[in-house]
Amino acid sequence: MAATDVAVPGGRDSGSSGDNFLTVKSGLKSWLLTVDHKRIGLMYLAAVLFAFGMGGTFALLLRAELLTPGKTFVDAKVYNQFFTLHGTIMVFLFIIPAIPGVLGNFILPMQVGTIDVAFPKLNLLSFYVYVIGALIAVYSIIAGSVDTGWTFYTPYAAETDTSVIPMVLGAFVMGFSSILTGLNFIVTVHKMRAPGLTWGRLSLFVWALYATSVIQVLATPVLAITLLLLIMERSFGIGIFDPKMGGDPILFQHFFWFYSHPAVYIMILPGMGVISELIATFSRKKIFGYKAVAMSSIGLALVSFIVWGHHLFVSGQSEFATIAFSFLTFLVAIPSAIKVINWTMTLYEGSIDLKTPMLYALAFIWMFTIGGLTGVFLGVLSVDVHLHDTYFVVAHFHYVMMGGTVMAFLGGLLYWWPKMTGRMYNESLMKVSYGLVFVGFNATFFVQFFMGSKGMPRRYYNYLDQFQPMHAFSTVGSWILGLGFLVMLYGLIQSLRSGERAPGNPWHSLALEWQSSSPPPLENFEKQPTVTHGPYDYDLVKSES
Amino acid sequence: MSSTTAEGHEQEGHGGHGHHGPSFLAHHFDTPEQQFESAKLGMWVFLVTEILMFGGLFAAYIFFQGVKPELFIEAHHHLNKIQGGTNTIFLLTSSLTIALAVRSSQLGKRSHATAHLVATLLFACGFLVIKYFEYSHKIHDGLLPGPAFCNPQAVELAADAACKTMSKDSHVFFSLYFMMTGLHGIHVVIGMGLITWVLLRNLKGEFSSEFYTPIEIVGLYWHLVDLIWIYLFPLLYLIT
Repeated sequence: MAATDVAVPGGRDSGSSGDNFLTVKSGLKSWLLTVDHKRIGLMYLAAVLFAFGMGGTFALLLRAELLTPGKTFVDAKVYNQFFTLHGTIMVFLFIIPAIPGVLGNFILPMQVGTIDVAFPKLNLLSFYVYVIGALIAVYSIIAGSVDTGWTFYTPYAAETDTSVIPMVLGAFVMGFSSILTGLNFIVTVHKMRAPGLTWGRLSLFVWALYATSVIQVLATPVLAITLLLLIMERSFGIGIFDPKMGGDPILFQHFFWFYSHPAVYIMILPGMGVISELIATFSRKKIFGYKAVAMSSIGLALVSFIVWGHHLFVSGQSEFATIAFSFLTFLVAIPSAIKVINWTMTLYEGSIDLKTPMLYALAFIWMFTIGGLTGVFLGVLSVDVHLHDTYFVVAHFHYVMMGGTVMAFLGGLLYWWPKMTGRMYNESLMKVSYGLVFVGFNATFFVQFFMGSKGMPRRYYNYLDQFQPMHAFSTVGSWILGLGFLVMLYGLIQSLRSGERAPGNPWHSLALEWQSSSPPPLENFEKQPTVTHGPYDYDLVKSES
Repeated sequence: MSSTTAEGHEQEGHGGHGHHGPSFLAHHFDTPEQQFESAKLGMWVFLVTEILMFGGLFAAYIFFQGVKPELFIEAHHHLNKIQGGTNTIFLLTSSLTIALAVRSSQLGKRSHATAHLVATLLFACGFLVIKYFEYSHKIHDGLLPGPAFCNPQAVELAADAACKTMSKDSHVFFSLYFMMTGLHGIHVVIGMGLITWVLLRNLKGEFSSEFYTPIEIVGLYWHLVDLIWIYLFPLLYLIT
């Protein structure tokens, strides 16, 4: 099936002869000191999967504690640490670096048809900065843990006797990793594109990563200064955020969300890019409304900076600001809907192939839509006063982050797995794991919408008896979810050990990275590719052949 | 999907392997221009992140200055305008000398570039020396952030320490003063390290009119350090 030979002159479609990037050098040192973006991507993969396992374990523990009201197996303080560690690890160690660090690093240079990112050494540095930050953050668990929640709100974060400083310092350091990755991608997309690869021919994954990088570069420094001020507050009592000292705790919330709202788009935008790739490849159809999808990524990046105040509706900001932020928040729906509608239109009359990555993409569309629409509820002022700080917010957030980003990450991981490892995964095993993840996820979180709308507050250790059945349902859901991930992990290990050898282009995609062998040679392509059409021009190929 | 022209690559289909470019050209770049442009764009993006990081402190300054203007006016009289002004002149001049260093290396005048880099370093040292005297004066006067403000247990106060006549809440001004000038001071020190690095490489003769990228991007960074100070000086020293 060399259907795409015509696509890129100089591209290859079959398994490689000779060395690929995995076999070209061996030994631990050749990995630890590599500047190859593909190897760095795989090191990120190991790191973020480890973080995901850790954050997931804390999630299972906190859900287990919530099985019954009052004490189930740990006391309130430990429970507070569970949800704080779950949140901080998942946000800073897993979901922010996951797609850019793993899939972005591996695929972006290939999709722009170049040998490497613009600054390969900086890329390696950013990986180590991430690892150092992660270790500092993990150290806080040993040094007495943290119980502030991942938002570190003052004045509590300045007063609690748990070890806030290592966790905050870890997030601060990991922020630089995020900035460096973003910087690298921006320059790579601007300056390293292959001959013929115009902006209008870039893949939508690259567009999404580009938009993400812009947010990383603009928002993360504000987090850096916020966390630095918090560290100073704890160390020297500088009083910027402390009302006793003439400071203002609401200022912290403004600073924090000025970063952390755009940060949610750092988490979701790359996922949307992955979904565009999956939908086009497995529908074998030109993506509907390419320009609109590309521009909606940029639109989301811009809108993300003007909506942070919707986290402060009941914190005491002015009424005018509240109304303005509520209105601006609704703007988010426009680019989001453009994406969802265009993906759906792409499916229409496509020849859909329900491989596991495609199942994840379809799950994404459903669950992101639920997550997105419940976000509109929360943007409505009168509704938010009721729902603020309830499980409704928890469910909304997890539908976007887990039903969205994690589904996209898993789908993308399986989609590019043959390219990254040179091995196929076991399709039926992965479908079982997909089914467990899908059912488990919805069982865990859908019920939380009901709990929240009935007034169950988030982060509470204890609750009224009437919520017990729903909490128990949610907890059992988390076990199914956990089982799904274990099956997936088993499938991935099995694939590495005894998986079938992958051809260069198992999905018959037109995207540039698939025109190389699997795994790719050290320099990505046997020959510098010259691009003559876009990555989704399936209509052109059909008419040519 | 409209345009069909290739941008940014003059050399088409050269095969990707086996460059025979000049020794300073990294393997993954096609041309020296591409490498130079990439480095410059990278530094500009980095400077944007720096501005946003300081932006947080500027936002905090604007907020507190708006809430407590009288405290800020009272407190700022205790900053030394002469020392601050001298430092402003030092940094502005150092921006000129580093620009001259870039220009000299662009023209291939290696010894001129060395002299301008050394001059830049001297101005930066002068800045830090004055800053040291300013800081120690503040400490003696008890003009410190948080609980250390006017606290005889935290620091040894001078007999006529200025803080004794001031309202307790003034410490917020000094919190901001030390955060802003402190973070800026760290940038000055990092900048001096970078200037020393390019100075040493220049002495080794690594730069020419073909390749002077490191001096150029260190110069860009140094201009930013100067630029931040240009805003800090009037905001902190010249409120009235």
